[in-house]
Amino acid sequence: MSGGPFDGKAVVTGAGKSQVGRRLGRTGLDLTIEAVTRAIADAGLSVDDVDGIASYPGPGVPDLGFSGASITEVRNALGLRSRWYLSSTETAGQIGPAIEACMAVTLGLANHVVVYRSVWESTAQAGAGRASVLFGGGTVSGHLEYTGPFGALSAANWLSMPAQRYMHDFGLTREQLSAIPLNARANAGLNPDAIYRDPLTLDDYLNARMISEPLCLFDCDVPCDGATAVVISRRDAAAGLPRHPLTVESVGTGMFERATWDQRVDVTTMAAHDVAATLWEHTTLRAADVDLAQLYDGFSFLTVMWLEALGFCEHGKVGPFIEGGERIALNGPLPLNTSGGQLSGGRLHGMGFLHEACVQLWGEGGERQAPNSPEVAVVGVGGGPVGGAMLLSTR
Amino acid sequence: MTDTHSPAYARPERRLLPQPTAESAAFWTGGRDGQLLISRCRACGHFFHPPGPVCWRCRSTDVGPEPVSGRATVAAYTINRQPWIPGYPPPYVVAMVELADEPDVRLITNIVDVPLDEVRVGLEVEVFFEQWPAQPGPDDSPVWLPLFRRATATVGGAR
Ligand SMILES: [Zn+2]
Repeated sequence: MSGGPFDGKAVVTGAGKSQVGRRLGRTGLDLTIEAVTRAIADAGLSVDDVDGIASYPGPGVPDLGFSGASITEVRNALGLRSRWYLSSTETAGQIGPAIEACMAVTLGLANHVVVYRSVWESTAQAGAGRASVLFGGGTVSGHLEYTGPFGALSAANWLSMPAQRYMHDFGLTREQLSAIPLNARANAGLNPDAIYRDPLTLDDYLNARMISEPLCLFDCDVPCDGATAVVISRRDAAAGLPRHPLTVESVGTGMFERATWDQRVDVTTMAAHDVAATLWEHTTLRAADVDLAQLYDGFSFLTVMWLEALGFCEHGKVGPFIEGGERIALNGPLPLNTSGGQLSGGRLHGMGFLHEACVQLWGEGGERQAPNSPEVAVVGVGGGPVGGAMLLSTR
Repeated sequence: MTDTHSPAYARPERRLLPQPTAESAAFWTGGRDGQLLISRCRACGHFFHPPGPVCWRCRSTDVGPEPVSGRATVAAYTINRQPWIPGYPPPYVVAMVELADEPDVRLITNIVDVPLDEVRVGLEVEVFFEQWPAQPGPDDSPVWLPLFRRATATVGGAR
Protein backbone atom coordinates (compact mmCIF):
# COMPACT_ATOMS: atom_id res chain seq x y z
CA MET A 1 0.00 0.00 0.00
CA SER A 2 1.37 3.43 -0.81
CA GLY A 3 0.84 6.46 1.36
CA GLY A 4 1.81 6.75 4.97
CA PRO A 5 4.89 8.48 6.26
CA PHE A 6 7.22 6.47 4.02
CA ASP A 7 4.92 6.35 0.98
CA GLY A 8 5.22 2.55 0.95
CA LYS A 9 8.97 2.70 0.37
CA ALA A 10 10.11 1.29 3.73
CA VAL A 11 9.72 -2.49 3.92
CA VAL A 12 10.92 -5.32 6.16
CA THR A 13 12.80 -7.95 4.17
CA GLY A 14 14.24 -10.25 6.81
CA ALA A 15 14.22 -11.18 10.49
CA GLY A 16 16.54 -13.14 12.73
CA LYS A 17 16.83 -14.29 16.30
CA SER A 18 19.74 -15.69 18.29
CA GLN A 19 19.63 -18.46 20.79
CA VAL A 20 17.39 -17.25 23.64
CA GLY A 21 17.67 -18.51 27.21
CA ARG A 22 18.65 -18.05 30.83
CA ARG A 23 22.30 -17.72 31.77
CA LEU A 24 23.60 -18.86 28.42
CA GLY A 25 27.09 -17.70 29.34
CA ARG A 26 27.52 -16.09 25.92
CA THR A 27 28.50 -12.46 25.42
CA GLY A 28 26.12 -9.85 24.16
CA LEU A 29 28.23 -9.38 21.04
CA ASP A 30 28.18 -13.09 20.27
CA LEU A 31 24.38 -13.21 20.52
CA THR A 32 24.09 -10.02 18.48
CA ILE A 33 26.20 -11.33 15.63
CA GLU A 34 24.08 -14.48 15.54
CA ALA A 35 20.82 -12.53 15.26
CA VAL A 36 22.16 -9.94 12.82
CA THR A 37 23.70 -12.43 10.42
CA ARG A 38 20.57 -14.60 10.54
CA ALA A 39 18.39 -11.59 9.70
CA ILE A 40 20.64 -10.62 6.81
CA ALA A 41 20.64 -14.17 5.44
CA ASP A 42 16.87 -14.36 5.94
CA ALA A 43 16.53 -11.30 3.70
CA GLY A 44 18.59 -13.06 1.02
CA LEU A 45 21.42 -10.57 1.47
CA SER A 46 25.07 -10.75 2.43
CA VAL A 47 26.78 -8.50 4.96
CA ASP A 48 28.29 -6.61 2.03
CA ASP A 49 24.80 -5.70 0.78
CA VAL A 50 23.87 -4.10 4.09
CA ASP A 51 24.77 -0.42 4.21
CA GLY A 52 23.01 0.70 7.37
CA ILE A 53 22.83 -0.38 10.99
CA ALA A 54 20.74 0.84 13.91
CA SER A 55 20.12 -0.21 17.49
CA TYR A 56 18.74 0.63 20.90
CA PRO A 57 20.25 1.67 23.28
CA GLY A 58 23.87 1.95 22.19
CA PRO A 59 26.70 2.53 24.67
CA GLY A 60 26.66 4.83 27.65
CA VAL A 61 23.89 3.30 29.72
CA PRO A 62 24.44 1.27 32.90
CA ASP A 63 25.28 -2.09 31.43
CA LEU A 64 24.49 -5.19 33.47
CA GLY A 65 23.65 -6.89 30.22
CA PHE A 66 21.14 -4.22 29.19
CA SER A 67 23.14 -3.21 26.14
CA GLY A 68 24.29 -6.35 24.39
CA ALA A 69 26.57 -4.73 21.83
CA SER A 70 27.15 -1.24 20.49
CA ILE A 71 27.01 -0.44 16.79
CA THR A 72 30.75 0.18 16.84
CA GLU A 73 31.37 -3.32 18.20
CA VAL A 74 29.07 -4.94 15.63
CA ARG A 75 30.42 -2.92 12.69
CA ASN A 76 33.97 -3.71 13.68
CA ALA A 77 33.26 -7.38 14.26
CA LEU A 78 31.58 -7.83 10.87
CA GLY A 79 33.60 -5.34 8.83
CA LEU A 80 30.26 -3.78 7.92
CA ARG A 81 30.57 -0.81 5.55
CA SER A 82 27.72 1.45 6.61
CA ARG A 83 26.49 4.51 4.73
CA TRP A 84 24.16 5.32 7.65
CA TYR A 85 24.10 4.28 11.31
CA LEU A 86 22.41 5.26 14.53
CA SER A 87 21.88 4.17 18.10
CA SER A 88 19.69 5.94 20.54
CA THR A 89 17.84 5.72 23.82
CA GLU A 90 16.00 9.03 23.56
CA THR A 91 13.72 7.79 20.81
CA ALA A 92 10.31 6.18 20.34
CA GLY A 93 10.89 3.24 22.63
CA GLN A 94 13.12 0.29 21.90
CA ILE A 95 11.92 0.17 18.28
CA GLY A 96 12.74 3.84 17.73
CA PRO A 97 15.88 2.93 15.75
CA ALA A 98 13.75 0.71 13.47
CA ILE A 99 11.52 3.70 12.77
CA GLU A 100 14.58 5.83 12.06
CA ALA A 101 15.85 3.11 9.72
CA CYS A 102 12.57 3.45 7.76
CA MET A 103 13.35 7.14 7.37
CA ALA A 104 16.91 6.42 6.26
CA VAL A 105 15.93 3.98 3.50
CA THR A 106 13.06 6.18 2.33
CA LEU A 107 15.40 9.16 2.00
CA GLY A 108 17.98 7.05 0.17
CA LEU A 109 20.63 7.31 2.86
CA ALA A 110 20.88 3.51 2.82
CA ASN A 111 19.37 0.58 0.92
CA HIS A 112 19.29 -2.10 3.61
CA VAL A 113 19.53 -1.34 7.32
CA VAL A 114 19.94 -4.08 9.87
CA VAL A 115 18.29 -3.15 13.18
CA TYR A 116 18.98 -5.13 16.32
CA ARG A 117 18.40 -5.25 20.07
CA SER A 118 20.38 -7.57 22.26
CA VAL A 119 20.46 -8.28 25.97
CA TRP A 120 22.41 -10.64 28.18
CA GLU A 121 20.87 -9.60 31.48
CA SER A 122 20.39 -13.14 32.71
CA THR A 123 24.08 -13.90 32.50
CA ALA A 124 25.32 -10.44 33.51
CA GLN A 125 23.16 -10.29 36.63
CA ALA A 126 23.55 -13.89 37.64
CA GLY A 127 23.82 -14.30 41.37
CA ALA A 128 22.95 -10.69 42.21
CA GLY A 129 19.70 -8.81 41.95
CA ARG A 130 19.64 -5.85 39.61
CA ALA A 131 18.98 -3.49 42.52
CA SER A 132 21.95 -4.66 44.53
CA VAL A 133 24.19 -4.30 41.49
CA LEU A 134 22.88 -0.86 40.54
CA PHE A 135 22.50 0.70 43.96
CA GLY A 136 25.38 -0.69 45.96
CA GLY A 137 26.70 2.87 46.38
CA GLY A 138 23.80 3.96 48.54
CA THR A 139 22.80 7.02 46.50
CA VAL A 140 20.40 7.65 43.62
CA SER A 141 20.34 10.34 40.95
CA GLY A 142 18.49 11.25 37.76
CA HIS A 143 14.81 10.34 37.87
CA LEU A 144 15.59 7.86 40.65
CA GLU A 145 16.44 10.84 42.86
CA TYR A 146 12.71 11.24 43.50
CA THR A 147 11.72 7.57 43.75
CA GLY A 148 14.69 5.63 45.14
CA PRO A 149 14.70 7.23 48.61
CA PHE A 150 11.19 5.84 49.11
CA GLY A 151 12.13 2.31 48.13
CA ALA A 152 10.53 2.65 44.68
CA LEU A 153 13.41 1.37 42.62
CA SER A 154 11.75 -0.81 40.06
CA ALA A 155 9.35 -0.17 37.21
CA ALA A 156 7.23 -2.73 39.09
CA ASN A 157 6.68 -0.04 41.74
CA TRP A 158 6.22 2.85 39.32
CA LEU A 159 3.69 0.89 37.25
CA SER A 160 1.79 -0.73 40.05
CA MET A 161 0.58 2.70 41.15
CA PRO A 162 -1.21 3.60 37.89
CA ALA A 163 -2.39 -0.01 37.68
CA GLN A 164 -3.92 0.31 41.14
CA ARG A 165 -5.54 3.63 40.18
CA TYR A 166 -6.90 2.13 36.94
CA MET A 167 -8.42 -0.75 38.91
CA HIS A 168 -9.89 1.78 41.37
CA ASP A 169 -11.36 4.04 38.69
CA PHE A 170 -12.52 1.47 36.12
CA GLY A 171 -13.02 -1.77 38.02
CA LEU A 172 -10.33 -3.78 36.24
CA THR A 173 -9.91 -6.96 38.30
CA ARG A 174 -6.91 -9.23 38.79
CA GLU A 175 -8.95 -12.04 37.20
CA GLN A 176 -9.36 -9.91 34.08
CA LEU A 177 -5.72 -8.81 34.09
CA SER A 178 -4.63 -12.45 34.33
CA ALA A 179 -5.71 -12.89 30.71
CA ILE A 180 -2.50 -11.14 29.61
CA PRO A 181 -0.01 -13.47 31.35
CA LEU A 182 -2.16 -16.58 30.82
CA ASN A 183 -2.41 -15.85 27.10
CA ALA A 184 1.33 -15.25 26.92
CA ARG A 185 2.04 -18.55 28.65
CA ALA A 186 -0.34 -20.47 26.42
CA ASN A 187 1.43 -19.10 23.34
CA ALA A 188 4.86 -19.71 24.87
CA GLY A 189 3.95 -23.38 25.16
CA LEU A 190 3.93 -23.45 21.36
CA ASN A 191 7.25 -21.59 21.02
CA PRO A 192 10.31 -23.79 21.48
CA ASP A 193 12.48 -20.70 22.17
CA ALA A 194 10.34 -19.40 25.04
CA ILE A 195 11.74 -19.32 28.59
CA TYR A 196 8.62 -20.45 30.49
CA ARG A 197 6.50 -23.03 28.68
CA ASP A 198 4.70 -24.96 31.43
CA PRO A 199 0.96 -24.30 31.60
CA LEU A 200 -0.15 -21.47 33.89
CA THR A 201 -3.61 -21.47 35.46
CA LEU A 202 -5.81 -18.76 36.91
CA ASP A 203 -5.27 -20.30 40.34
CA ASP A 204 -1.50 -20.15 39.88
CA TYR A 205 -1.88 -16.49 39.01
CA LEU A 206 -4.21 -15.56 41.85
CA ASN A 207 -2.02 -17.35 44.40
CA ALA A 208 1.29 -16.00 43.12
CA ARG A 209 3.67 -14.00 45.24
CA MET A 210 2.96 -10.28 45.13
CA ILE A 211 5.82 -8.10 43.90
CA SER A 212 4.21 -4.70 44.25
CA GLU A 213 0.44 -4.82 44.68
CA PRO A 214 -1.58 -5.23 42.54
CA LEU A 215 1.17 -6.75 40.36
CA CYS A 216 2.33 -10.27 41.14
CA LEU A 217 5.21 -12.38 39.94
CA PHE A 218 3.39 -13.39 36.76
CA ASP A 219 2.71 -9.75 35.83
CA CYS A 220 6.47 -9.17 35.48
CA ASP A 221 8.60 -10.31 32.56
CA VAL A 222 11.66 -12.52 32.82
CA PRO A 223 15.22 -11.37 32.09
CA CYS A 224 16.98 -13.44 29.46
CA ASP A 225 19.92 -13.58 27.11
CA GLY A 226 19.10 -13.13 23.47
CA ALA A 227 19.08 -10.88 20.42
CA THR A 228 16.61 -10.09 17.67
CA ALA A 229 17.15 -8.27 14.40
CA VAL A 230 15.27 -7.22 11.30
CA VAL A 231 16.38 -5.86 7.93
CA ILE A 232 14.61 -2.74 6.74
CA SER A 233 15.01 -2.04 3.04
CA ARG A 234 13.84 0.47 0.47
CA ARG A 235 11.22 -1.22 -1.70
CA ASP A 236 13.08 -0.68 -4.99
CA ALA A 237 16.29 -2.10 -3.50
CA ALA A 238 14.34 -5.15 -2.31
CA ALA A 239 13.28 -6.25 -5.80
CA GLY A 240 14.23 -9.87 -6.36
CA LEU A 241 14.74 -10.71 -2.70
CA PRO A 242 13.16 -13.97 -1.55
CA ARG A 243 10.67 -12.69 0.98
CA HIS A 244 7.42 -10.88 0.37
CA PRO A 245 8.31 -7.35 1.57
CA LEU A 246 6.28 -6.18 4.57
CA THR A 247 5.16 -2.59 4.20
CA VAL A 248 5.67 -0.20 7.10
CA GLU A 249 2.27 1.48 6.85
CA SER A 250 2.71 3.86 9.75
CA VAL A 251 4.72 4.62 12.83
CA GLY A 252 3.84 6.18 16.16
CA THR A 253 6.37 8.50 17.75
CA GLY A 254 4.26 11.03 19.67
CA MET A 255 5.17 12.31 23.11
CA PHE A 256 2.91 15.14 24.19
CA GLU A 257 3.34 15.28 27.92
CA ARG A 258 6.36 15.45 30.15
CA ALA A 259 8.04 12.06 30.09
CA THR A 260 7.73 11.02 33.71
CA TRP A 261 6.17 8.12 35.56
CA ASP A 262 4.14 10.34 37.88
CA GLN A 263 3.41 13.82 36.50
CA ARG A 264 1.20 12.94 33.52
CA VAL A 265 -2.09 14.86 33.83
CA ASP A 266 -4.14 11.63 33.76
CA VAL A 267 -2.23 8.90 35.59
CA THR A 268 -4.42 6.21 34.03
CA THR A 269 -2.85 6.96 30.63
CA MET A 270 0.75 6.67 29.47
CA ALA A 271 3.06 7.57 26.60
CA ALA A 272 1.37 4.75 24.65
CA HIS A 273 -1.67 6.99 24.26
CA ASP A 274 0.35 9.74 22.58
CA VAL A 275 2.23 7.21 20.45
CA ALA A 276 -0.99 5.58 19.25
CA ALA A 277 -2.56 8.93 18.39
CA THR A 278 0.30 9.70 16.01
CA LEU A 279 0.31 6.17 14.56
CA TRP A 280 -3.29 6.59 13.36
CA GLU A 281 -2.66 10.14 12.12
CA HIS A 282 -0.38 8.83 9.38
CA THR A 283 -2.60 6.14 7.89
CA THR A 284 -6.12 5.41 6.72
CA LEU A 285 -5.97 1.98 8.36
CA ARG A 286 -7.79 1.69 11.67
CA ALA A 287 -7.70 -0.56 14.73
CA ALA A 288 -10.52 -2.61 13.18
CA ASP A 289 -8.19 -3.49 10.27
CA VAL A 290 -5.56 -5.02 12.56
CA ASP A 291 -5.31 -8.84 12.54
CA LEU A 292 -2.45 -9.29 15.00
CA ALA A 293 -1.10 -7.33 17.97
CA GLN A 294 2.38 -7.53 19.46
CA LEU A 295 2.19 -5.26 22.49
CA TYR A 296 4.87 -4.70 25.07
CA ASP A 297 4.43 -6.75 28.21
CA GLY A 298 7.44 -5.99 30.34
CA PHE A 299 4.58 -5.79 32.82
CA SER A 300 1.08 -7.06 32.06
CA PHE A 301 -0.42 -3.66 32.78
CA LEU A 302 1.57 -2.12 29.92
CA THR A 303 -0.27 -4.37 27.47
CA VAL A 304 -3.51 -3.08 28.97
CA MET A 305 -2.35 0.46 28.26
CA TRP A 306 -1.41 -0.39 24.65
CA LEU A 307 -4.72 -2.15 23.95
CA GLU A 308 -6.80 0.85 24.94
CA ALA A 309 -4.36 3.44 23.60
CA LEU A 310 -4.47 1.84 20.15
CA GLY A 311 -8.26 1.94 20.20
CA PHE A 312 -9.08 -1.76 20.47
CA CYS A 313 -11.41 -0.67 23.27
CA GLU A 314 -12.40 2.57 24.96
CA HIS A 315 -10.40 4.19 27.75
CA GLY A 316 -11.10 2.30 30.95
CA LYS A 317 -12.79 -0.64 29.21
CA VAL A 318 -9.89 -3.07 28.92
CA GLY A 319 -11.21 -5.33 31.68
CA PRO A 320 -14.26 -6.60 29.79
CA PHE A 321 -12.24 -6.64 26.55
CA ILE A 322 -9.63 -9.12 27.78
CA GLU A 323 -11.80 -11.01 30.26
CA GLY A 324 -11.49 -14.73 29.67
CA GLY A 325 -8.86 -14.16 26.99
CA GLU A 326 -10.89 -15.31 23.98
CA ARG A 327 -10.45 -12.10 21.99
CA ILE A 328 -6.67 -12.14 22.33
CA ALA A 329 -6.11 -15.89 22.01
CA LEU A 330 -4.13 -17.38 19.14
CA ASN A 331 -7.39 -18.50 17.51
CA GLY A 332 -9.26 -15.32 18.41
CA PRO A 333 -9.93 -12.22 16.33
CA LEU A 334 -6.90 -10.36 17.68
CA PRO A 335 -4.07 -12.80 18.44
CA LEU A 336 -1.78 -11.10 20.97
CA ASN A 337 1.88 -11.69 21.80
CA THR A 338 1.98 -14.96 19.90
CA SER A 339 5.54 -15.90 20.87
CA GLY A 340 4.76 -15.69 24.58
CA GLY A 341 5.73 -12.03 24.88
CA GLN A 342 8.34 -11.05 27.38
CA LEU A 343 6.28 -12.43 30.25
CA SER A 344 6.94 -16.01 29.18
CA GLY A 345 9.18 -15.70 26.13
CA GLY A 346 11.89 -13.60 27.77
CA ARG A 347 12.76 -9.93 27.91
CA LEU A 348 14.14 -9.39 24.43
CA HIS A 349 13.26 -5.79 25.21
CA GLY A 350 10.93 -4.61 22.52
CA MET A 351 12.45 -5.88 19.30
CA GLY A 352 11.14 -9.36 19.98
CA PHE A 353 7.66 -8.02 19.23
CA LEU A 354 8.70 -6.61 15.86
CA HIS A 355 10.46 -9.87 15.04
CA GLU A 356 7.38 -11.91 15.92
CA ALA A 357 5.06 -9.65 13.92
CA CYS A 358 7.19 -10.27 10.82
CA VAL A 359 7.32 -14.03 11.38
CA GLN A 360 3.52 -14.15 11.69
CA LEU A 361 2.88 -11.94 8.65
CA TRP A 362 5.10 -14.29 6.63
CA GLY A 363 3.04 -17.21 7.94
CA GLU A 364 6.04 -18.88 9.54
CA GLY A 365 4.92 -19.10 13.15
CA GLY A 366 4.89 -22.90 13.02
CA GLU A 367 2.82 -24.35 15.84
CA ARG A 368 2.05 -20.84 17.08
CA GLN A 369 1.06 -19.41 13.69
CA ALA A 370 -2.11 -17.35 14.07
CA PRO A 371 -4.82 -19.18 12.12
CA ASN A 372 -6.43 -15.95 10.93
CA SER A 373 -3.62 -15.49 8.37
CA PRO A 374 -2.79 -11.96 9.54
CA GLU A 375 -2.24 -9.27 6.92
CA VAL A 376 -2.00 -6.23 9.19
CA ALA A 377 -0.03 -6.25 12.44
CA VAL A 378 0.53 -3.57 15.04
CA VAL A 379 3.61 -3.47 17.22
CA GLY A 380 3.58 -1.28 20.33
CA VAL A 381 6.75 -1.13 22.37
CA GLY A 382 7.73 0.55 25.60
CA GLY A 383 5.81 1.71 28.60
CA GLY A 384 5.41 4.39 31.19
CA PRO A 385 7.04 7.54 29.85
CA VAL A 386 8.40 6.08 26.58
CA GLY A 387 6.98 4.23 23.61
CA GLY A 388 6.94 3.67 19.88
CA ALA A 389 4.68 1.81 17.49
CA MET A 390 4.76 0.38 13.97
CA LEU A 391 1.97 -0.80 11.71
CA LEU A 392 3.02 -3.45 9.19
CA SER A 393 1.11 -5.11 6.37
CA THR A 394 1.55 -7.69 3.66
CA ARG A 395 -0.11 -5.32 1.16
CA MET B 1 -0.35 -15.17 52.98
CA THR B 2 0.07 -11.43 52.83
CA ASP B 3 -0.24 -9.50 56.05
CA THR B 4 -2.41 -6.43 56.03
CA HIS B 5 -1.49 -5.08 59.41
CA SER B 6 1.21 -2.49 59.65
CA PRO B 7 3.03 -1.96 62.92
CA ALA B 8 3.83 1.60 63.98
CA TYR B 9 6.32 3.11 61.59
CA ALA B 10 9.95 2.68 62.41
CA ARG B 11 12.52 4.21 60.11
CA PRO B 12 14.37 1.60 58.08
CA GLU B 13 17.99 0.85 58.74
CA ARG B 14 18.88 2.07 55.28
CA ARG B 15 17.46 4.20 52.48
CA LEU B 16 19.01 5.08 49.16
CA LEU B 17 19.65 8.78 49.42
CA PRO B 18 19.64 11.69 47.01
CA GLN B 19 22.70 13.82 46.42
CA PRO B 20 21.01 17.22 46.24
CA THR B 21 21.82 19.39 43.26
CA ALA B 22 21.54 23.17 42.95
CA GLU B 23 17.99 22.59 41.70
CA SER B 24 16.85 19.95 44.18
CA ALA B 25 18.58 21.13 47.37
CA ALA B 26 15.57 23.13 48.61
CA PHE B 27 13.24 20.14 48.18
CA TRP B 28 15.52 17.86 50.15
CA THR B 29 16.47 20.30 52.92
CA GLY B 30 13.26 22.27 53.55
CA GLY B 31 12.45 19.78 56.25
CA ARG B 32 15.21 21.32 58.38
CA ASP B 33 12.68 24.08 59.07
CA GLY B 34 9.67 21.79 58.82
CA GLN B 35 8.80 23.13 55.36
CA LEU B 36 7.92 21.24 52.19
CA LEU B 37 9.50 23.42 49.50
CA ILE B 38 8.13 22.97 45.99
CA SER B 39 9.22 24.83 42.85
CA ARG B 40 6.80 27.60 41.97
CA CYS B 41 6.52 29.87 38.96
CA ARG B 42 6.21 33.51 39.93
CA ALA B 43 4.83 34.41 36.50
CA CYS B 44 1.82 32.07 36.39
CA GLY B 45 1.70 31.10 40.04
CA HIS B 46 1.68 27.33 39.46
CA PHE B 47 3.79 24.83 41.34
CA PHE B 48 5.69 22.12 39.49
CA HIS B 49 7.79 19.07 40.30
CA PRO B 50 10.47 17.89 40.03
CA PRO B 51 12.37 21.14 40.53
CA GLY B 52 13.94 22.79 37.48
CA PRO B 53 15.05 26.09 36.02
CA VAL B 54 11.88 26.85 34.04
CA CYS B 55 8.11 26.55 34.37
CA TRP B 56 6.84 23.88 31.97
CA ARG B 57 3.47 25.62 31.66
CA CYS B 58 4.41 29.21 30.76
CA ARG B 59 8.20 28.79 30.25
CA SER B 60 9.05 31.59 32.63
CA THR B 61 12.43 31.24 34.31
CA ASP B 62 11.26 33.31 37.27
CA VAL B 63 10.90 30.24 39.44
CA GLY B 64 11.97 29.18 42.89
CA PRO B 65 11.10 27.02 45.87
CA GLU B 66 8.19 28.07 48.06
CA PRO B 67 6.59 26.34 51.04
CA VAL B 68 3.32 24.48 50.58
CA SER B 69 0.88 23.38 53.24
CA GLY B 70 2.15 19.82 53.34
CA ARG B 71 -1.39 18.51 52.93
CA ALA B 72 -1.98 16.03 50.16
CA THR B 73 -4.26 13.29 48.89
CA VAL B 74 -3.29 9.78 47.85
CA ALA B 75 -3.73 9.57 44.06
CA ALA B 76 -2.37 6.05 43.65
CA TYR B 77 -0.40 3.61 45.75
CA THR B 78 1.22 0.23 45.89
CA ILE B 79 2.14 -2.09 48.72
CA ASN B 80 5.64 -3.15 47.83
CA ARG B 81 6.23 -6.78 48.81
CA GLN B 82 9.57 -7.39 47.12
CA PRO B 83 12.82 -6.84 48.99
CA TRP B 84 14.93 -4.49 46.86
CA ILE B 85 17.25 -2.85 49.36
CA PRO B 86 19.09 -4.62 52.17
CA GLY B 87 18.09 -2.81 55.34
CA TYR B 88 14.71 -1.69 54.02
CA PRO B 89 12.48 -4.75 54.31
CA PRO B 90 8.98 -4.94 52.83
CA PRO B 91 6.11 -4.48 53.13
CA TYR B 92 5.96 -0.72 52.70
CA VAL B 93 3.57 1.63 50.94
CA VAL B 94 4.79 3.70 48.00
CA ALA B 95 2.32 6.32 46.88
CA MET B 96 1.79 9.18 44.49
CA VAL B 97 0.28 12.00 46.50
CA GLU B 98 -1.32 15.10 45.00
CA LEU B 99 -0.55 18.34 46.79
CA ALA B 100 -3.51 20.24 48.20
CA ASP B 101 -1.89 23.43 46.90
CA GLU B 102 -1.68 22.13 43.30
CA PRO B 103 -3.37 18.79 42.70
CA ASP B 104 -1.55 17.97 39.47
CA VAL B 105 1.77 18.15 41.28
CA ARG B 106 2.46 14.67 42.57
CA LEU B 107 5.21 13.42 44.82
CA ILE B 108 6.37 9.84 45.12
CA THR B 109 6.62 9.09 48.82
CA ASN B 110 5.84 6.57 51.54
CA ILE B 111 2.57 6.47 53.43
CA VAL B 112 3.39 5.37 56.95
CA ASP B 113 1.55 4.68 60.19
CA VAL B 114 -1.58 3.69 58.29
CA PRO B 115 -2.61 -0.01 58.33
CA LEU B 116 -1.96 -1.46 54.90
CA ASP B 117 -5.61 -2.28 54.32
CA GLU B 118 -6.64 1.29 55.11
CA VAL B 119 -4.51 2.99 52.48
CA ARG B 120 -6.74 4.07 49.62
CA VAL B 121 -7.15 6.53 46.78
CA GLY B 122 -8.42 9.78 48.25
CA LEU B 123 -6.87 9.30 51.70
CA GLU B 124 -5.91 12.69 53.11
CA VAL B 125 -2.36 12.81 54.35
CA GLU B 126 0.16 15.31 55.70
CA VAL B 127 3.90 15.59 55.44
CA PHE B 128 6.55 14.94 58.06
CA PHE B 129 10.27 14.72 57.59
CA GLU B 130 12.88 12.06 58.21
CA GLN B 131 16.45 13.27 58.47
CA TRP B 132 19.32 11.32 56.94
CA PRO B 133 23.01 12.13 57.03
CA ALA B 134 24.93 13.82 54.25
CA GLN B 135 26.13 11.79 51.29
CA PRO B 136 29.29 12.65 49.40
CA GLY B 137 28.38 14.95 46.52
CA PRO B 138 28.21 18.52 45.36
CA ASP B 139 26.12 19.48 48.40
CA ASP B 140 27.15 17.72 51.59
CA SER B 141 24.07 18.72 53.57
CA PRO B 142 21.95 16.21 55.42
CA VAL B 143 18.61 15.54 53.71
CA TRP B 144 15.08 15.55 55.06
CA LEU B 145 12.89 13.07 53.19
CA PRO B 146 9.22 14.11 52.97
CA LEU B 147 7.05 11.20 54.15
CA PHE B 148 3.30 11.27 54.63
CA ARG B 149 0.93 10.00 57.31
CA ARG B 150 -2.80 10.30 57.85
CA ALA B 151 -3.86 13.93 58.16
CA THR B 152 -4.67 14.89 61.74
CA ALA B 153 -7.35 17.44 60.83
CA THR B 154 -8.99 18.22 57.53
CA VAL B 155 -8.46 21.47 55.68
CA GLY B 156 -11.19 24.00 56.43
CA GLY B 157 -12.86 21.61 58.86
CA ALA B 158 -14.51 19.60 56.07
CA ARG B 159 -15.69 16.03 56.79
ZN1 LIG C 1 4.58 29.52 34.81
